[in-house]
Amino acid sequence: MKVVGKAIPHESAVEHVTGRALYTDDLLTRFPDLLHAWPVLAPHAHAKVLALDPSRALEVPGVVTVLTAEDVPGVGHSSHYHDEPLFPAEVMFHGQPVAWVLGESLEAARLGATRVEVEYEPLPAILSIEEAIAAGSFLAGPLRLSRGDAASALARAPRRLSGEVRIGGQEHFYLETHASIAHLDESGGVMVHASTQHPSETQEVVAMVLGLPRNQVTVQCLRMGGGFGGKETQANPYAAIAALGAWKTRHPVRVRLPRHLDMALSGKRHPFLGRYEAGFDDEGRLLAVRIELYSDGGYSLDLSEPVLWRAMFHSDNAYFVPDLEVTGHVCKTHKTSQTAFRGFGGPQGMVVIEDLLDRVARSLGLPPEAVRERNFYREGQTTHYGQVVKDAGRIQAIWSELKASSELERRRAEVAAFNASSPHTKRGLAITPVKFGISFTATFYNQAGALVLIYRDGSVQVNHGGTEMGQGVHTKVLQVAAQSLGVPLEQIRIMPTRTDKVPNTSATAASTGSDLNGAAVHQACEILKERLAPVAARYLGCAPERVRFEEGRIFPEGQPERFVPFARVVEAAYLERIPLFAQGYYRTPDLHFDKGKGQGKPFHYFAYGAAVSEVEVDGFTGEYRLLRTDILHDVGDSLSPLVDRGQVEGGFVQGLGWLTLEELVWDAQGRLATGGASTYKLPSWSELPEVLNVRFLERAAEPGVIYGSKAVGEPPLMLAISVREALKDAVAAFGQGGIVELDAPSTPERVYWAIEKVRARKEVAVGD
Amino acid sequence: MEFVLNGRRVQVEKLAPQTTLLDYLRASGLTGSKEGCAEGECGACTVVLVREGPAGTEYRGVNSCLLFLPMLAGQEVYTVEGLAQDGKLAEVQAAMVQHGGSQCGYCTPGFVMSLFAEQYRPDRGPEFDLHALSGNLCRCTGYRPIKDAALSLGPAPEDSFKARLREPAPVLGPAVYESEQGRFVRPGSLEECLTFLALHPEAKLVAGGTDAVVESNLQYRRWELLVGLEAIPELKVFEEHEDMLEIGAGLSLGELERRWKGAPQIVREWFPLFASPLIRNSATLGGNLGTASPIGDSPPMLLALDAAVRIAGKEGERVVPLAEFFKGYRQTALGKGEVIVSVLVPKPFPAHSRFFKVAKRRLDDISTVAAGFALELGGAGRVARVRLAYGGVAATPVRLFAVEEALTGQPWSEASLRRAQGMIAEAIKPISDHRGSAEYRLRMAQKLLEKFYYETASAEGVKG
Repeated sequence: MKVVGKAIPHESAVEHVTGRALYTDDLLTRFPDLLHAWPVLAPHAHAKVLALDPSRALEVPGVVTVLTAEDVPGVGHSSHYHDEPLFPAEVMFHGQPVAWVLGESLEAARLGATRVEVEYEPLPAILSIEEAIAAGSFLAGPLRLSRGDAASALARAPRRLSGEVRIGGQEHFYLETHASIAHLDESGGVMVHASTQHPSETQEVVAMVLGLPRNQVTVQCLRMGGGFGGKETQANPYAAIAALGAWKTRHPVRVRLPRHLDMALSGKRHPFLGRYEAGFDDEGRLLAVRIELYSDGGYSLDLSEPVLWRAMFHSDNAYFVPDLEVTGHVCKTHKTSQTAFRGFGGPQGMVVIEDLLDRVARSLGLPPEAVRERNFYREGQTTHYGQVVKDAGRIQAIWSELKASSELERRRAEVAAFNASSPHTKRGLAITPVKFGISFTATFYNQAGALVLIYRDGSVQVNHGGTEMGQGVHTKVLQVAAQSLGVPLEQIRIMPTRTDKVPNTSATAASTGSDLNGAAVHQACEILKERLAPVAARYLGCAPERVRFEEGRIFPEGQPERFVPFARVVEAAYLERIPLFAQGYYRTPDLHFDKGKGQGKPFHYFAYGAAVSEVEVDGFTGEYRLLRTDILHDVGDSLSPLVDRGQVEGGFVQGLGWLTLEELVWDAQGRLATGGASTYKLPSWSELPEVLNVRFLERAAEPGVIYGSKAVGEPPLMLAISVREALKDAVAAFGQGGIVELDAPSTPERVYWAIEKVRARKEVAVGD
Repeated sequence: MEFVLNGRRVQVEKLAPQTTLLDYLRASGLTGSKEGCAEGECGACTVVLVREGPAGTEYRGVNSCLLFLPMLAGQEVYTVEGLAQDGKLAEVQAAMVQHGGSQCGYCTPGFVMSLFAEQYRPDRGPEFDLHALSGNLCRCTGYRPIKDAALSLGPAPEDSFKARLREPAPVLGPAVYESEQGRFVRPGSLEECLTFLALHPEAKLVAGGTDAVVESNLQYRRWELLVGLEAIPELKVFEEHEDMLEIGAGLSLGELERRWKGAPQIVREWFPLFASPLIRNSATLGGNLGTASPIGDSPPMLLALDAAVRIAGKEGERVVPLAEFFKGYRQTALGKGEVIVSVLVPKPFPAHSRFFKVAKRRLDDISTVAAGFALELGGAGRVARVRLAYGGVAATPVRLFAVEEALTGQPWSEASLRRAQGMIAEAIKPISDHRGSAEYRLRMAQKLLEKFYYETASAEGVKG
């Protein structure tokens, strides 16, 4: 009986539906003398802080203290680059906190914050990629990846085009905003409950701020109400403020950002500007491509450099380009420090190449799907950074299978017929592929630890470094542990993620949570079985290598009826003084990348998929509906099909939100104008396609990954590029052919103007 | 003040009147209800109230972040913690577990409560109405598993929750709540209300709370005196007369939607586009008109229908045509101490009427431009009467009288349409903001009329 691969609900599902599942801020009533923190917000995007006087705040009843730079015993930054001051002398984005007020109530802290007197000297602010380029304001770059000689290959190409596309950022809008509660523990250490994807780094930052060795700081993440990358680094300042407050006042301190502060203060998906030149032949085969990427990194480095690398690694998506040159720059602007978000630059890189291919196809009057297919990687080819595209044949296999199952050809004809008879409403159809590299591109992050404890009654605790944010890592690890140890799921308890159980963990990010932590837990379980097998063998009268562990029973191979219960063997082992706990450890093998040369093998493997989407666009307004999406995705041998399907569908819908309706608008002062739930719109019911068919690629086991599975967190997000391309297809139908220019997000307004543009071209053509 | 929470009577004192029900629940250890936005957009805080509906007692889903605690006086509330009984999950909970409807779980309690309210709705049809969930946002699942969970639900089981619906709902009566931070007064009649307002003209009126509580939560606006309008029977009327329909200003839009049978197309189109069901369960027409937002959804619809508002004050009553009600940005003809009693919609309703709303998201978004159009055609396909009303194109909701006048008597033709579109460009000067550019707003004002034209022209068999 296999536990791995079984479709089971999320391990906390019952707690979720009853409201019993606890998140960081749900702990607040457990701390009776808790203080609440509220920031003093700078009203400028860029300014010097000339003076800060907290004295009037202290007069507000209930205000306990005001945290300022003077209170910091260690280093007053929330990043280890020391470029994110907790109490800045120079304000770098609108709303940046310059001090924090602690109060006995939130109301007192908030009122206190309005009384802190701060004198600013406003400075000029850079608020867009274009302004940053003009001013030469960069945080990193130029970074470069290339193969061949794109410049001369472009010059030789029979056909050429160039273009550019602007890609908006994205607010994570995890339903649970940033939250931390810190207190001094019973032995004088600092305990921090934080909604963080990277407890070890949160621990590192808290220790750094307090000037303590890391062994004095424990960070626990119970679970998160969504992360999506937004809590990979950006939970750290709030944990640090809570810890600093607790350190100073000896009271527990709570920091919880309400939504409008979370949106104003926390980093987002990087907006990008992509410029490209393509050389191609009459069939649309790419011969040479040159791409220049500019990301808007905001005010500090954060993860912007690896995000840009990943964008550049994915500028090929699923296509072989003989001569390809990608250059990248991170622009420094006076905005929040943009950060990790599901896909981590990969989506932006792919949007650019997909936009390019669509233009190539439309400039030739060819169907975009034919041009895409013509350019696929074939087995044995390598990427522009020198990595062999393992299983490249799956790109074509998925494509062909999905085209058939979605009846693409028949529907192409139907869409054409519909459009011919419908002057005011047009439909569009597109299929796009995904190839996404799995592994942290910072090689050292590709390691994980686990600690598995068996108690004398046979019950088991599993500790690992992965954090649960809804993606189901705990569910998958639970299944791995149950399978590996041969005990029922109910006998295993997954513990909240804590830095005092497994040290020096990596962020739960880059889709690697289950790959890394699952493998580490598996190893610990194997060690424990090795120790238990000789004990069981004596009971069973068989050789230790013939002992099998399944469902809480231990028996000789082939004789399940002769079992002894797991708990009895455990007790016997205890009496024989055999250790019943083990650590597991995993490092992804054979990864290397040379940034200077831009060559190496940064990824363990690739995850593949493709999606077909059909949309209908209203020519009066530019509004649209998603009629149908078909997805075929490669998850290897699924560890947990219900979880994986959830990741595929959820990632797709999140991606379509990013590319269609989610719009970050900053006003002339650098204030986020779409800074709340009423102005920044996530996909809701109305965005769910009327028909959604999701299937997994069969016979897709990935050797060398835990139980043959594949990572699934990020890759499906990019399936949504099919929606954007379908919208362009529908826009094109309002005209008489030719390219479609459409930036992302393709809000109804952008779609409307794109329609106007193709209509205008048509009228000119008719006039001629 | 006291109310019933998950079947148990609870007393509230000392807390500020502007404490939200959500904050109260969480501070009481009932942390299942979550704050995702504090402005009624995400639904993570959804709870149900036991209320009298058109089909008897019902569970009504509301955003607990948008209720001031004293508004609960005498009410009965269930939270997610109250559903599972004797360790057994409610059907809606089991369905969510089974279908993989939760990932991070943070929005889940809110979905569970919306599912619950709909499953137990006395007048629900055989199939689950998915619109009932459109006030709940999920960032993880993409909604498909939640949809499947919802569609798997049959009729409500015969349990204690069903039994509760056979008993009458609490009747909201007059209430007074006071703490150091302020006072909340809920009059029990119009007379009582007007008398009180005459003495306290500075009082903040709160109908459903979906606007006032947002102001409290996000702008931290504090008032010393709140007057709740929920227990005034005169504001709850729904009366059909020969020549008009009278809609109580305090009727929730959810109730109105279910009571207004035979509503014209413009109204049927308008309901689902007005916020979410959770908001419609609390929000009122009086509130939406009184707050006078230029992007409110009801003014264009009501302006197109030639509605008027009945206003009462201590000095008496008056009827003001809606077209004269909006005086400036967020300013109305309402005087101090006055309340909107009802909205009067003349009959017969126009032959053609449509509501359009352009927004980034199709449901539960604030409009970039909204339009209400009404049209009567006379002999020879000429315009007998036309109304063009817009939101989002000026500081107030507007009717374009000059364009209406120019169209009247003209053939309903493409030529007339083009002329009207040209006049629209002269009549309005919209602004650019985060919802859309001025150019797009103007274009939409023109294009929506064009869309209306093509639809009515084809319906009337008029050749374009």
